[in-house]
Amino acid sequence: MTAGEAVVPVTTQPPIAVTKTAARRARKRLTSPWASLVAVVLAVVWTTPTFGLLITSFRPVKDIQTSGWWTFFQHPSVTLDNYKDALSSNGGSLGSFFVNSIVITIPAVIAPICLAALAAYVFAWVPFRGRNLLFVCVFALQIVPIQVTLIPLLSLYVKAGLAGTFWTIWLSHTMFGLPLAIFLLYNFMREIPRELIEAARMDGAGHVQIFFQVLLPLLTPALAAFAIFQFLWVWNDLLVALTFAGGTPDVAPLTVALANLSGTQGTAWQLLSAGAFISMVIPVAVFIALQRFFVRGLLAGGLKG
Amino acid sequence: MDTAHKFVLMFEAIGLFVAVVGVILFIASRFSGRKGDRAVAALFLVPTVALIGVGLVYPGIKTMYQSFFNAAGDAFIGVDNYKTIFTDPDQITVLRNTIAWVVITPFVATAVGLLYAILVDKARGEALAKALIFLPMAISFVGASIIWKFVYAYRPDQGDIQQIGLLNQIVVWFGGTPQQWLIDSPMNTIFLIIVMIWIQAGFAMTVLSAAIKAIPDDIVEAARLDGVRAWGMFRYVTVPTIRPTLVVVLTTIGIGTLKVFDIVRTMTGGQFDTSVVANEFYSQSFRSNNQGLGAALATLLFVLVVPIVYYNVRQLRAGESR
Repeated sequence: MTAGEAVVPVTTQPPIAVTKTAARRARKRLTSPWASLVAVVLAVVWTTPTFGLLITSFRPVKDIQTSGWWTFFQHPSVTLDNYKDALSSNGGSLGSFFVNSIVITIPAVIAPICLAALAAYVFAWVPFRGRNLLFVCVFALQIVPIQVTLIPLLSLYVKAGLAGTFWTIWLSHTMFGLPLAIFLLYNFMREIPRELIEAARMDGAGHVQIFFQVLLPLLTPALAAFAIFQFLWVWNDLLVALTFAGGTPDVAPLTVALANLSGTQGTAWQLLSAGAFISMVIPVAVFIALQRFFVRGLLAGGLKG
Repeated sequence: MDTAHKFVLMFEAIGLFVAVVGVILFIASRFSGRKGDRAVAALFLVPTVALIGVGLVYPGIKTMYQSFFNAAGDAFIGVDNYKTIFTDPDQITVLRNTIAWVVITPFVATAVGLLYAILVDKARGEALAKALIFLPMAISFVGASIIWKFVYAYRPDQGDIQQIGLLNQIVVWFGGTPQQWLIDSPMNTIFLIIVMIWIQAGFAMTVLSAAIKAIPDDIVEAARLDGVRAWGMFRYVTVPTIRPTLVVVLTTIGIGTLKVFDIVRTMTGGQFDTSVVANEFYSQSFRSNNQGLGAALATLLFVLVVPIVYYNVRQLRAGESR
């Protein structure tokens, strides 16, 4: 978790005073053939590694082991066996790890959002003594690397009898996600006009009513932005899962299974390639569908490392 | 555990959580008016403060304390663990690698991101072009590591064995001999760093692209009327204007890189002299069972993050007051 990217000084909106001619002239100057060529080369370099593994995941085992994926276009032969093997229990048994990833991720996204929304509301709109100090503390905790917390937390879980259950992972991700979530939601909540809140209070609305009827509808983009961050973070996490869940198919998520597969069967590319794409399907789909919110959240100052 | 049982557990957890939040909201709704402010504040903050206290504050302090204890964690040994980090040859390799990661990754990723953002700015198909670079951000570090491990795959150079890794095939096409990219130190660290650059360039590109679009057009036009060419435009208009954003991007990637663990663990497991502080923390704590050294490495990580964040915040302040 990182802090300090407090207020990223950029806006998503282009300045209003854009003269069309200037923009058009700028376009003419900038799209020189060399610039286009460099851009295309970069795009190809960035895409090829993923593309190569994607092709590989559909090739028969024998082909994968004896020739490069670029020869596929001369001798195309396609199979889904790699995916079947990776999912089945006598192959990579990624099927049950996939379920674990889902079971881990959903509560670990819902819990910090709800708790952070309550806390951010208090920090933004309910005055009490010591509020600013407490907020600064929560803000500062974003920079604590999770490595610092793992071992004491693990012994706490063991003492509480939670070791090896989903609870360890749900709780950990909730704890680690809270500072960033509060910070992001606080930034969005402060932008809501004070008059709106004051008017609601004049009408006799309590905090709970204000929270649900005035703030929540306005906060949807912020909630979506954090939900994507947290979703990608939890789904893609390796360290927390490895520490608290071990490698058993009972609780460990896909990332742990893949990392182990990569360590023990470093040459089983048919399993690794299919497994990698099984683990990517959901985050990439979510990411593409909700990219708009993700970028907005990014620009509002949220990124966990 | 079968699938159905897992989902039952999940819904139980969500149900329990909803119940707790429901109780908090119910009690809070009993209070009204300005007098209820403190009660509502306390109610809304209790779960957060409790979780952060148990999950971040207490463990953080405990780890720093443990870093002054021995491997088993039962005898005080002063700063010996820190001495080990800075004198033991293996640990010095770890520090050297970490420095390489933190110096190279932010600058290269930001440079690539900036270049690409400028090149595709206002070009046809900008959205798609950006998405291609941006997509690695959605992939897990483990997935990215597997993608690149395949690029680096090595087959012995004998008989009619064909390369399956793209990089070695390119080397062969140009008449070279295939290399074991992930085994030969110290270059193997560079090949791991490339994976991180591949992931982070998309972040840099997105944030910088937004900053470039926010540069007022009249500035650009004025410079152009003064006869400023493309390079001068970049040097004297673009970079100075987006400087605060550049600093944020560099430091954010720097912090992320400092804590990188997944890539090293998945690609080499920290073998062949590729370990970094975040990975060494894991190995010492959970493989070698050296709790004290693990705690010291974690603390070091924390200590290293602080100056970067401090610099970042100071830059932002300076930017605001200007």
